[in-house]
Amino acid sequence: MPDRTAQLIACHDCDLLQRDIQLNPGCYASCPRCGAVLYRNATDSVDRTLAYTLAAAMVFLGANVFPVFSIEVQGDRSAITLFEAVLSLWDQDMKTISLLVFFTAMIAPAVELLSFTCLLLPLKLGKVPPSYPLFMRVLQFIEPWCMVEVLMLGVLVSLVKLTNNFRVIPGMALWSFAVLTLLLAAAAASFNARDVWAQLDAKWQGQGEP
Amino acid sequence: MTSGVPIAAARGLCSCHVCQLVSRRAPGAQVAHCPRCGARLHFRRPGSVQRCWALVIASYILYIPANVLIMMETGSLISYRKDTIVSGVVHLWKTGSWMIAVIVFIASVAIPLLKLFSLTLLLISVQRRSTWNPRQRTRLYRLVEAVGRWSMLDIYVVTLLAALVQLGSMATVKAGPASVAFGAVVVLTMFATMEFEPRLIWDPVQKEEFHD
Repeated sequence: MPDRTAQLIACHDCDLLQRDIQLNPGCYASCPRCGAVLYRNATDSVDRTLAYTLAAAMVFLGANVFPVFSIEVQGDRSAITLFEAVLSLWDQDMKTISLLVFFTAMIAPAVELLSFTCLLLPLKLGKVPPSYPLFMRVLQFIEPWCMVEVLMLGVLVSLVKLTNNFRVIPGMALWSFAVLTLLLAAAAASFNARDVWAQLDAKWQGQGEP
Repeated sequence: MTSGVPIAAARGLCSCHVCQLVSRRAPGAQVAHCPRCGARLHFRRPGSVQRCWALVIASYILYIPANVLIMMETGSLISYRKDTIVSGVVHLWKTGSWMIAVIVFIASVAIPLLKLFSLTLLLISVQRRSTWNPRQRTRLYRLVEAVGRWSMLDIYVVTLLAALVQLGSMATVKAGPASVAFGAVVVLTMFATMEFEPRLIWDPVQKEEFHD
C-alpha cells in the first residue's frame, strides 16, 4: 500500500484530518472546525529565520554585557546588568526567584538562539544538521519559557517606579532588550517547523537512506 | 455512531507532537514511535486530565500565600511600606501612576485568575464530556496559552528593583515571601496549560473516546 500520509495533516487542537495544500506567500492555513493555525507559507523561512537569529545573538550579547539602567543618589551612581540583578537576588536569599529569572531571561533565549543556529546554519549550507530531532524538540520545549518581551515590559515598569524617587539613567542593555524583543519575535514568526522537516526529509532521501 | 467528520485517531492515524507527521499506528502495538523524529506517539496524551488537575489545584493553594503575604518591602528615610500584590497596585493607582497600575493589575491579578478559572472550566467540561460550544472552548484554551507568560512581569519588576535599590544607601527594596509563591503559581499554571489536551474538547462531539 503506498503511503499517502505525507500529505495529510491532523489539527493539533481538534485532530481533524485534512489534506495539505499549497499556499501563496504570506498566507496561512487554518482548521475549518476549530480555527487553529495549521501551517504558514514558508517563503525563504530558513534564510529569514537565520538572519534574524544571528542579529538577535549579537544584540543578546549586548543586552547581557551592558547595564540595564543606573540610578543616581546624591551624585552616587549605581548600575546593574541583568546578571548582577540575578546574583544580587541570590545573595538576598531569594534563590528560587533568582533561578527563575536566570532561566527565563538568560538561559532560555540563549538556548533558543543556539538551537536555531545549530539547526539552520547547516541546512543553509546544504548539509543535514547533526542530531536535528533533538534541536527541534529543544526548540519546541524552550519556546514558552523564553520571556524576553515580558522582561522588557518589566524593565519599563521598574523604570517608571524608580523615577518617582531617583534620577534614573537608561543603560545600553535597555535598548538592546527592546531590539532583541523585536528580533526574537521576527525569528519565531518566520520559522516554519513544517518546512524544515520537509527539507530534512528531502535531504535524507537524497542521501539514499531510509 | 461515527459522523462524517474525518478524525485522525478514528482512522488509526496518529499525529506526532514534535514534527506533526501523520503516521499509521499498528493497533496491537503497545509503544509506537514517530518514523521521522523518533518521538513517542500517543493518540491522546496519557493522564493529561489528572496531571492538569493536580497542577491547577496546587496553583490554587499557592495562590493564597501569593496574595496574602508580602510581595515587596520598600523603605526610605521618610517612609516604610510593605505591599502585597493588590496593595501594590492600589498604591500605584493612588500615587498617580495609573498606567503602570493597570498593566500590573492585568499581569498579576487578572491573568493568573483567568488562567486558573479557564483551566478549571475546561477540565470540568472535558470530564463531563460536554459538547457545549467546542470552538469557543478551544479558543479560550489558545488565549490561556498565549497570555500565560505575561504574569511573570511582577517577578521581573521585583528582581530589578530589589537588586538596584540595594546598591543605593538611601533606600532599600526587598523581595518578600509572596514572590516565591507567585512565581510558583506562574510556573505551575504554565505547566498545567501545556499538559491540557485540547483534542479532548472535541472527542465528545463525534461521540468517541481515545486513549494513549
